[in-house]
Amino acid sequence: MMTSAAGTAQAPTATRARRTAADRMSALGRAELTLLVRSKASLVTAVILPSTMAFAMRGMVEELDLGGTGLSVATVMLPAALATALLFSVYTYLVGVYVLRRESLVLKRLRSGELHDSEILVGSALPAFLLAVVQSLLLAGGMTAFLDADAPAAPHLAVLGLLIGVAMLVAGAALTAAFTRTAESAQLTFLPFLLVTLGASGVFAPREVMPDTMADIASWLPFSPVMDLLRGGWTGELAGTDQIRATLLALAWTGLAVFAVRRWFRWGQRG
Amino acid sequence: MDTVIETADLRRHYKGFEAVRGIDLTVARGELFALLGTNGAGKTSTLEVLEGQATPTAGTVRVLGRDPYRERAAVRPRIGVMLQEGGFPTELTVTETARMWAGCTSGARPVAESLEMTRLSKRGTVRVKQLSGGERRRLDLALALLGRPEVLFLDEPTTGLDAQSRRDTWELIRELKEQGTTVVLTTHYLEEAEQLADRLAIMHEGRIATSGRVADVVAERPSRMTFELPEDYFLGDLPPLAPLGVIKQEAAGRTVLLETGDLQRTATALLLWARDKDVSLRGLDARSATLEEAFMEIAKGLEQEGAR
Repeated sequence: MMTSAAGTAQAPTATRARRTAADRMSALGRAELTLLVRSKASLVTAVILPSTMAFAMRGMVEELDLGGTGLSVATVMLPAALATALLFSVYTYLVGVYVLRRESLVLKRLRSGELHDSEILVGSALPAFLLAVVQSLLLAGGMTAFLDADAPAAPHLAVLGLLIGVAMLVAGAALTAAFTRTAESAQLTFLPFLLVTLGASGVFAPREVMPDTMADIASWLPFSPVMDLLRGGWTGELAGTDQIRATLLALAWTGLAVFAVRRWFRWGQRG
Repeated sequence: MDTVIETADLRRHYKGFEAVRGIDLTVARGELFALLGTNGAGKTSTLEVLEGQATPTAGTVRVLGRDPYRERAAVRPRIGVMLQEGGFPTELTVTETARMWAGCTSGARPVAESLEMTRLSKRGTVRVKQLSGGERRRLDLALALLGRPEVLFLDEPTTGLDAQSRRDTWELIRELKEQGTTVVLTTHYLEEAEQLADRLAIMHEGRIATSGRVADVVAERPSRMTFELPEDYFLGDLPPLAPLGVIKQEAAGRTVLLETGDLQRTATALLLWARDKDVSLRGLDARSATLEEAFMEIAKGLEQEGAR
């Protein structure tokens, strides 16, 4: 027999605690954090891969001809480590999360309640954001000690790059998820953006070492301005106009991704 | 009458397919309204519009006096929704799932209370992936109840439940109704509608084929009486049947089936006849129509209409 629902009569609407957007997103974020901790595959993608990769790339970076670029191994590797953390902990991990939650009809359920669409996407991304920040701090600290590097010359630029980078990659992950049919294909669909970004946006090999025309084109890629801001944070040598250009370009790409997500994101299996 | 839900000429088209073809319905506060129909009749498509999950292609819908889709921020905190197919993250426990939902729900009851209502208290620490289908359905219901909704939408709430859980769920729904909750449910279990609903609508191919109070829908259908003709008697020996309200008679061997619009008069006359003749009517059975018969007949009638 079901227990009597005595004493559960409806409270007058006025006295009922209204949940705010922050309440809702933190409840969702907390659940997603629990899920992240319980998923080995996610932990590898979001935690182990970026830090391993960041340290493993040292050999490659040391062989780059950095003469005339004004860069050192440290000012290449530190921003690269942060970027790797963003690309794996936020982008790659979230593509999988969004697709899996959609295919298992979790998104459909979330939409049946009080959560707004944007709250669902942002709330689900909170653990990734947390992870990106924590990893960035640890990697920056660890690498600085490891490479005996200087402290960032313009830390506010690094923070700005980090924040816009997270926003861009959350929107990008949702957009990639929109064009990913199944949870299985989510293991591949993140690759194009990831590879182009790693190769051409100057994550490990700065665009300064590319031929001029290529470097010009590559500078317009979505993640390039984020890299400029991150690296500018360490070198302190990003001119004022370049700071503004990078910020505006990164925001433009982010806005475009948000627009595309609103247009194309699918919430259920049947669209 | 305090109207809680109202639709007028509600229509919903998918690509090249008309799932809902002009539905008018009203549900009063505190009422339990059942939407019946076979698969593909348009029940879920209709419910999704009422819940504010989708916009109608044409027509209007009002829930608690508002547009459930455009004014969802105002409507959602006052309704509870149990989807026909909504997923859970499988690696969360029952309590974690309910806690997450409570964090997203205004005026949520304590998580323990809603798990108790759906008899899931003992399963609180179990991961969702280890629940049976019936337990998942009950967790679904627990989440729908969390916000003490004024209006509760249940899309096939007992599909996949065993008989005991189904009865438990019915009892819970009755309790909620007693407390004043308005309930709209879809089902293809006719017994469920018969047990719970004040009013119902039977949907077929996107339209409401018939609607009304359960007793009225059933009352439109003839009652049935069956018995075995005594030895040495023939159908013609019975008292004249038409004046007794009998509208159809069939004999299979010695078994007679009468359909009548006036069960009491038909039964009385036949029993008196049997007493006068001093014979026994073996296998005697007399009963009013059930919703099931009403439903089958309506469905059959519509199919023939469609075939023409």
